Amino acid sequence: MAERAHPTPGMYWLIAAVLAVITAAEIAVPQISAFDGAPRVLLLIGLGALKFGAVVAFFMHLRFDKPLYRNLFLVGLFGAIPIFTVVLLTFTAF
Amino acid sequence: MAGAPLAEHAPAAGHDEGHHDVRPVRKTAMWVFLGSECVFFGAMISTFLLYRSNTNGGIGSEIFDIPFTSASSFVLLMSSLTMVLAHGAYYGGDLRQARVWLAATALLGTTFLAGQIFEFSEFIHQGLTLTSSPFGSAFYMLTGFHGAHVAVGVLLLGSMFLLSLGGRLYDDRGLNVELVGLYWHFVDIVWIVIFTVVYLLQQP
Repeated sequence: MAERAHPTPGMYWLIAAVLAVITAAEIAVPQISAFDGAPRVLLLIGLGALKFGAVVAFFMHLRFDKPLYRNLFLVGLFGAIPIFTVVLLTFTAF
Repeated sequence: MAGAPLAEHAPAAGHDEGHHDVRPVRKTAMWVFLGSECVFFGAMISTFLLYRSNTNGGIGSEIFDIPFTSASSFVLLMSSLTMVLAHGAYYGGDLRQARVWLAATALLGTTFLAGQIFEFSEFIHQGLTLTSSPFGSAFYMLTGFHGAHVAVGVLLLGSMFLLSLGGRLYDDRGLNVELVGLYWHFVDIVWIVIFTVVYLLQQP
C-alpha cells in the first residue's frame, strides 16, 4: 500500500505545542485534589496515552507509512501489555 | 519517507543494477526491533510495579522531584520535535538545516542525560542506591537502561552529524537518518510511559 503525504514542519510544531500542553496538564493533575484517587490515575494514563499516540502517529510517521510497520510495532506493544498484566496480576501487584 | 528524497543526491540510475534494494528490509528490521523493545521495557516496568512498595523501610517514591523530572521529560519530548525537523529538512534537501536540527537533538538528549545523572547522584546522596531495596534496584535498572538507550541515541546522532560534515549523510539515500530517527522517537515514547507510571502515578 502506498505511503501518504507527511506533515509539514508547521504541523510538527503544532503537534509539539499540543504535547507541551498535555505535559503541563500531567503536572497539574496531581495538584488538584478533586482528581484524587481513581480519576487521577485514569487522567494521567489517558494523557500519557495521548502523548504516546501523537509521537508514534506523527513523529514516527506510522499514520502515513506502510501498514506493515504499524502492525509490526503493534504486535510488540499489544503483545507486551497482556503478558505483563497477567504477570502483575499473578504476583498480586495491584 | 516524504516523497522522493533529494534526487540530486540519490545514486545514479543503474547504480543498483543487479542488487536488491535492502531499504524496506532494513526498515522492517528496525520496526521488528522496536516491537521487541516494547517487550523488553514492559518486563522492566512490570518489575518496578511489583517492587514499588518494597522499600525495606527506607526511601520510596516520595524522593522523586516531580518538577525537575517534568522539565527533563519536556526536554526529551522536544528532542523528538527537533529530530523530526532534521528528518524533514533532510528530505526537503536542506542539508545545512538538517545538520542544525541533528545537533540540537543530540544537545537535548545530552541535557536529558545530564539531568538523569544529577537526579541519580541526588538520590544516592539521600540513601537510595541500587542495593538499598528492591524499589531502588527496580528504579535504577529501569531508568538506567532507558538512559543507556538515550546515550546510544546521542552517539548515533553524533555519528550522523559527523557523516553530514563529510558529505556522507546521503549514503543509502537517507535511510540511516530515518532509522536513527525511529530509534530516537522510540526512546522518547518509552520515557512518556516511565514518566507516567514511575513518577506521576506513584505520587502520594
